[in-house]
Amino acid sequence: MDWSVIFSDAVRSGIGPIAAVYALAAMGLNLHFGYTGLLNFGQVGFMLVGGYGLAITVATWGGPMVLGVLVGLASAVVLALLLGLPTLRLRADYLAITTIAAGETLRLFYRSSWAEPVTGGVYGLQRFANDFYEISPIPRGTYGVWLVEFSSRDVWVLIVAWALVALVGLLLALLVHSPWGRVVRAIREDETAVRSLGKNVYAYKMTSLVLGGVIGAAAGMLQAIQVQSVSPDTFDPGVTFFLYTLLVLGGAGRILGPVVGSILFWFVLSFLDSALRQAIDAGYVSPELISTSEIGAVRFALVGLALIVLIAFRPQGLLGSRKEMMLGAR
Amino acid sequence: MRHQRLFVPVLALFLVTAPAVTASAQGEAVLGAPGFGARALQALVDGIQFGAIIAITAVGLSLIFGTIHLINFAHGELVTIGATFAFFLNVSPAGPGWHLIPAAIAAVAFGALLGGAIDRGLWRPLRARGTGMINLFIATIGLSLLLRHVVLVLYGARPGSYAQYDIQSAIDLGPVGITPRDLTVTLLSVLVLLGIAALLQRTRIGTAIRAVSVNRDLAEASGIDVQRVVLVVWMLGGALAALGGVFFGLVEIVTWDMGFKLLLLMFAGIILGGLGSAYGAMAGSLVIGIVAQMSTLWFPVDLQYAWALLALIVVLLIRPQGILGRRERVG
Repeated sequence: MDWSVIFSDAVRSGIGPIAAVYALAAMGLNLHFGYTGLLNFGQVGFMLVGGYGLAITVATWGGPMVLGVLVGLASAVVLALLLGLPTLRLRADYLAITTIAAGETLRLFYRSSWAEPVTGGVYGLQRFANDFYEISPIPRGTYGVWLVEFSSRDVWVLIVAWALVALVGLLLALLVHSPWGRVVRAIREDETAVRSLGKNVYAYKMTSLVLGGVIGAAAGMLQAIQVQSVSPDTFDPGVTFFLYTLLVLGGAGRILGPVVGSILFWFVLSFLDSALRQAIDAGYVSPELISTSEIGAVRFALVGLALIVLIAFRPQGLLGSRKEMMLGAR
Repeated sequence: MRHQRLFVPVLALFLVTAPAVTASAQGEAVLGAPGFGARALQALVDGIQFGAIIAITAVGLSLIFGTIHLINFAHGELVTIGATFAFFLNVSPAGPGWHLIPAAIAAVAFGALLGGAIDRGLWRPLRARGTGMINLFIATIGLSLLLRHVVLVLYGARPGSYAQYDIQSAIDLGPVGITPRDLTVTLLSVLVLLGIAALLQRTRIGTAIRAVSVNRDLAEASGIDVQRVVLVVWMLGGALAALGGVFFGLVEIVTWDMGFKLLLLMFAGIILGGLGSAYGAMAGSLVIGIVAQMSTLWFPVDLQYAWALLALIVVLLIRPQGILGRRERVG
């Protein structure tokens, strides 16, 4: 087994564009779940409207990309308001079910033959981010050290994506340490107490939902830009599940939690993939037991197992504080 | 009092189907399109069949929620495992090649064992550790990922059908056509649902389950063994999920992610009917099934699940406690 290949695969994935996209989406989810205590299981819906807002504006209607970004962010605001209006007054368990249903409903509508003239149906939309790559200052070629190499295209995406993660992280840090952030965290701990102090809990929750949703939409756009395509089936409810996994892994209720969680999540996922593949090739694992085509399934099963073990033994993740994450029945 | 409570689901079923039938009659008059009424009636029958299967799986989910307030995101996987286990016994070259009926019975028994094992092996230790409720929700996500992908490895990505009752021609009942297989599945589903109602109303364990759902502490103080009730609910839930899985695999197809696709419809059904109420889950699931099938009269088939989920969000706006839910604060 070639360990240098396995490690370089894992590192490339851990710092790669997808890790940045998931870190960003999980930061929005962190604002919902980690800070406000909103059990949003439909974060992928925000990513979907963001990515499609951009793609539809540019690819279907021929608008400029800047307008597309604005449309993507605006649709996240609209979705948050539509979703929050009926559900934010409800208990956490209702919110969880309604948001997951809303995310899936959106995906079904976007992929339907009925919406195909606008959204491209099951095929999705392609080639709408040329403007983004044209302004890239990075000269052509490949960059990297050791076996970890990226094309100039990916380097440009990486710089923008991680810069966005840093910027959003900074803004969130300022936000959660502001008076607004203190109220929001108090809502997570005891909603009734906050209400009795005369705060409008509903409005605070709504603001949190909108802000986290907009961050999710930005992540969706980044993902769409990175592969120059959107297709509805990349936005299935499983994405939200991965976001929760890496959020719990890194530590919910911490600014760096989702970032550390995402890097580690993709590092481990890619490590397992590469290591299993090599172990099968080298004959350490018999192909009877796990064939090459089943590696994807095996590593996702391991992700599920890891999530259960984490919740049982270290619910605060790597960075969180145990006291803050003892979210009880509400 | 007892009879009144049994009467409620029947009434709800009637209320659900009556407007749909009259709507279809009106539709015929207004549109004047030949055969619309017949198509509507056919969609209604399909909807009841689909709804009854969702109801079987959703009742367990609702009972689990009612007794331990856990949203089990892994319930869909119990459905898939039931269907694929029966497939293994029935069709798979590595299996014994049983007829579908004993295979289905074995799958239901396996589902009950699995449900019980999950409660004993996973949730009870986690509850004993004092893990918070919301963290338990997240743990069920992990369990869902784990089980679903284990099924994918063992069963594979190819859809399959059972060896018996696969292709049948429909028998005509007036304007409606239904295959003997679908008719049997629907009737069996309704019988099972009535059986659960009888179990909950008439037996000691049923009474205990209802008592724990209403007030866990009071039930415990009255000498009910709550841990045992929870175990029974998990076994019942697992068995019903497996049965629903076999039925769904029979009328549609067996796939590795069938349960996960059904899960959201189950959620919609139990919220629509009122979270934690078994009869609510039955009524709500029937509504979901009927909405999904009736929507195909006007809209593309690939949107039928979307309309069912949209119905859920609309109901939450108007009546958050659901059709049969108790009036309590849900916010």
